Amino acid sequence: MIKVRIPTPLRPLTKGQGEVEAKGANIEEMVDHLEGAHPGIKGRLCDEKGELRRFVNIYVNEEDIRFLKGKDTTLKDGDEVSIVPAIAGGN
Amino acid sequence: MEFTDAQVQRYSRHIILQDVGGKGQKKLARAKVLVIGAGGLGSPAALYLAAAGVGTIGLVDGDVVDLSNLQRQILHTTATLGQPKVESGRKMLAALNPDITIKTYQENVSADNIMGLLHDYDVILDGSDNFSTRFLVNDACFFAKKTLVSGSIFRFEGQLTTIKPHEGHPCYRCLYPEPPPAGLVPNCQEAGVLGVLAGTIGVLQASEAIKEILGIGETLADRLLLYDALEMKFRKLGRPKDPDCRLCGPNPTITNLLSDYTVSCSL
Repeated sequence: MIKVRIPTPLRPLTKGQGEVEAKGANIEEMVDHLEGAHPGIKGRLCDEKGELRRFVNIYVNEEDIRFLKGKDTTLKDGDEVSIVPAIAGGN
Repeated sequence: MEFTDAQVQRYSRHIILQDVGGKGQKKLARAKVLVIGAGGLGSPAALYLAAAGVGTIGLVDGDVVDLSNLQRQILHTTATLGQPKVESGRKMLAALNPDITIKTYQENVSADNIMGLLHDYDVILDGSDNFSTRFLVNDACFFAKKTLVSGSIFRFEGQLTTIKPHEGHPCYRCLYPEPPPAGLVPNCQEAGVLGVLAGTIGVLQASEAIKEILGIGETLADRLLLYDALEMKFRKLGRPKDPDCRLCGPNPTITNLLSDYTVSCSL
């Protein structure tokens, strides 16, 4: 199992949960698994072509997957994945 | 520059710190910090910078004080409702520390005024409330080679990072290459924010700015700090330089400020 940390803006899709469990040998599989359990989440993470959006970052154990192997970054049991979208509030 | 007896007393808890001392306190007195947005983040940040004796503080904000601001924007009070935020802020900061210079700019930052605003300052604090300003401030600080301490908040969550690509570290676009398109995220009024969260992140911005001025401690120049107020969790993530960055990479495609930074008021 992989632990996935869900940021506040996406928690309406996970019934308010800040952490969910997912499966998958890599990020792409994990996103598809998440979509099965929490419909709508994939559209927030990926564009129409399935590419990860450029204002949402995904980290595996504190490393940004853009600097690993992107969607092909492999996952193993016990990994912690964090979804971190850009936020702009300050006022 | 010599401190008066009153100043020595005012800053005594700094001066006895080995990493600050009289020398560090003088660095603070000579420092110039520009606070973009005299709102949720800018309020606590500016208050602590003023208390710390940062010699010149610039406040940029085009808005006036609204009742809905007072849940978190502690530079302002019920008595200053309807006044320009920069004026309300100036009064509060001057009351706290009459020794410092407070400069006010009652305008919103734009591609036309940003370079002029940054020019006289050493460290910039971004406490703005929209993506277009954040990307504009990042790009302008890159071109002007200014250190930027960036904080942002959303509901119960905050982010904090220090941006100094002129010293070889990543820029904001290395972290997030592009802002979200309009309509994909809730707008400012819909989102809501825990008032005290603005204090937590704004005060951390002030702390990081002071460390930059003093040249002490660990910086967030290669890290992104996340804070979740509900779970009471702080986490630091790696924030590497993007070799393909359009702004600070080896083959940049952004070589001047863009003509249009407009995106929706999104979070």
